[in-house]
Amino acid sequence: MSQFAINLLFVGASFALYIGIAVWARAGSTKDFYVAGGGVHPITNGMATAADWMSAASFISMAGLLASGGYANSSFLMGWTGGYVILAMLLAPYLRKFGKFTVPDFIGDRFYSNTARLVAVICLVVASVTYVIGQMTGAGVAFSRFLEVSNTWGIWIAAFIVFLYAVFGGMKGITYTQVAQYVVLIIAYTIPAVFIAMQLTGNPIPMFGMFSTHTESGLPLLTKLNAVLNELGFRDYTADVDNKLNMVLFTLSLMVGTAGLPHVIIRFFTVPKVADARWSAGWALVFIALLYLTAPAVASMARLNLMTTVYPQAAGQVESYEDAMDNALIYEERPEWIRTWEETGLITFTDRNNDGRVQLYNDGNEDFADTAEARGWEGSELSVNNDILVLANPEIANLPPWVIGLIAAGGIAAALSTAAGLLLAISSAISHDLIKTMINPKISEKGEMLAARISMGGAILLATYLGLNPPGFAAQTVALAFGIAGASLFPALMMGIFSKRMNSKGAIAGMLAGLLCTLLYIFTYLGWLFIPGTNMLPNTAENWIFGVSPLSFGAVGAMINFAVAFAVSSATEEPPQAIQDLVESVRSPKGAGMAVDH
Amino acid sequence: MADDKSNAAAYWKANVRLIAGCLVVWAFVSYGCAILFRPLLAGIPVGGTDLGFWFAQQGSILTFIVLIFFYAWKMNKLDEKFGLGE
Repeated sequence: MSQFAINLLFVGASFALYIGIAVWARAGSTKDFYVAGGGVHPITNGMATAADWMSAASFISMAGLLASGGYANSSFLMGWTGGYVILAMLLAPYLRKFGKFTVPDFIGDRFYSNTARLVAVICLVVASVTYVIGQMTGAGVAFSRFLEVSNTWGIWIAAFIVFLYAVFGGMKGITYTQVAQYVVLIIAYTIPAVFIAMQLTGNPIPMFGMFSTHTESGLPLLTKLNAVLNELGFRDYTADVDNKLNMVLFTLSLMVGTAGLPHVIIRFFTVPKVADARWSAGWALVFIALLYLTAPAVASMARLNLMTTVYPQAAGQVESYEDAMDNALIYEERPEWIRTWEETGLITFTDRNNDGRVQLYNDGNEDFADTAEARGWEGSELSVNNDILVLANPEIANLPPWVIGLIAAGGIAAALSTAAGLLLAISSAISHDLIKTMINPKISEKGEMLAARISMGGAILLATYLGLNPPGFAAQTVALAFGIAGASLFPALMMGIFSKRMNSKGAIAGMLAGLLCTLLYIFTYLGWLFIPGTNMLPNTAENWIFGVSPLSFGAVGAMINFAVAFAVSSATEEPPQAIQDLVESVRSPKGAGMAVDH
Repeated sequence: MADDKSNAAAYWKANVRLIAGCLVVWAFVSYGCAILFRPLLAGIPVGGTDLGFWFAQQGSILTFIVLIFFYAWKMNKLDEKFGLGE
């Protein structure tokens, strides 16, 4: 069977499974549609949350980011997992107790204000829409690489599949497909990693292999990696960073952003009890960690593999690396996987010094220029796109074709599961908060279901359109989504629970202040609405205020939100008694079962 | 009624204290061991590198998992103790 046929088989089988689940899990009521009937087991919900959370970026790009940045990019690992600690302790159980369907529901009721509700709806829609663009383009890339269809067709197929189970099944359909998608993606991620860990270290568990001995050289794997990188003018893989403030703020921004993202929060509305919401967050993190503990191992091993592919003699026990450097890979003898990926343009080679060999080194390092010149090198000749690391893993490790088919299905599962979760958050905010609560409170249950389905369909069309015509700033939008969620939604939710004294004026002023400061800071460096050339300052470390990058500003925005909210609130009147009672009731788990049917 | 109120207040106070404790650990492993105090831990070798690197790439995640389960377990006990369970 050809590789194409195998890929088609794996992806086709996974789609058949998702559609089968969609048929089985049709939503019969708004409660089914918004919170899957509220009866999802905490472990099941943990698994669904993991798939909901781990996007195309986690599956495809994160290992590449870690491989290229080494220690400095650990923020992604800690930020995207540490958010679950604050979610589990500061938000999830109380919002579950509140027992409504959406995030703006809580903000609108708690701050007894439709203005607050509207601000929350806008934040939610902007954060989720920017986030969904990346999922659609990610699915498009996976389709076009593995199924030999055009990018456009790939995105339409992805949209159609999501439409089937999200529009008919709502949260119920999404929950159970996400469970299936988690299983597909974690198997796809783990199998190649286990083989690579075995080949390099003899240890089948990647997270342990990373910290054990590299078989070929007898050195610890990371020591070996540092030595090889040093020889080529790169920074140590494990090198410390100078700008610690920025690393702390970036990690914190990712954490509060994670905790404030509505599509993650609403998953915790689907479990039966408050205690379940707490357990479920723990399970979600366990399932997420299975991938997040493997990713750094994949990253370091793939980086070493790449270097020793280019400099085969550098892999063994060597006193001096000079021989290895002279005997770099001959381009004509390059392995098959380099050839495959050259066709996609994600690996490119230019023989700058015409020696027929491949040189890969840090030609941006001025201190290294003399060494490079002495070796007769005239610039780094191989460029490798970060995103191919995970996708090319099975080929690098010489694994059988079915593993490649599995990776294809896994990448698509990661993109689709996150897209579906985001689309549900968007459509429920529109049909429930905007239409049912604010525009037409008399709408019937049936009418609301129809509105929910239509807004889901509309959201899918919008996402498809944006996936087909991605705005030039697609890569920067992640900063925007996390910035908005962290600087505006997270503080409002937390104060709504932890401060009885917080009133509507304080919360609205805080949300707007956090949001506007964050947007202002991001746009100053990345351009107004990300239009290239409209940035007021160049986006380089020297220009950042106190060395804080625009990506790290979400945490500062959150602090501004808290400060403004407390200042305004303490200068204005106390919230009404009914609201203070509401806060009391949210804080106690007692009677959560009854609250869900409203 | 007044008893209910003071009971709920005591429950909430215990919860906030527990959260504060957990978040101290949360911040200590991630912002502390993995980032700010990494130079101080440089002398402790772990698999070819130092303890701070391990905390940044694995240790914090493992600690986070333990923290959430510990919190969920403790809260179940508090729910029971204050009679506020479901």
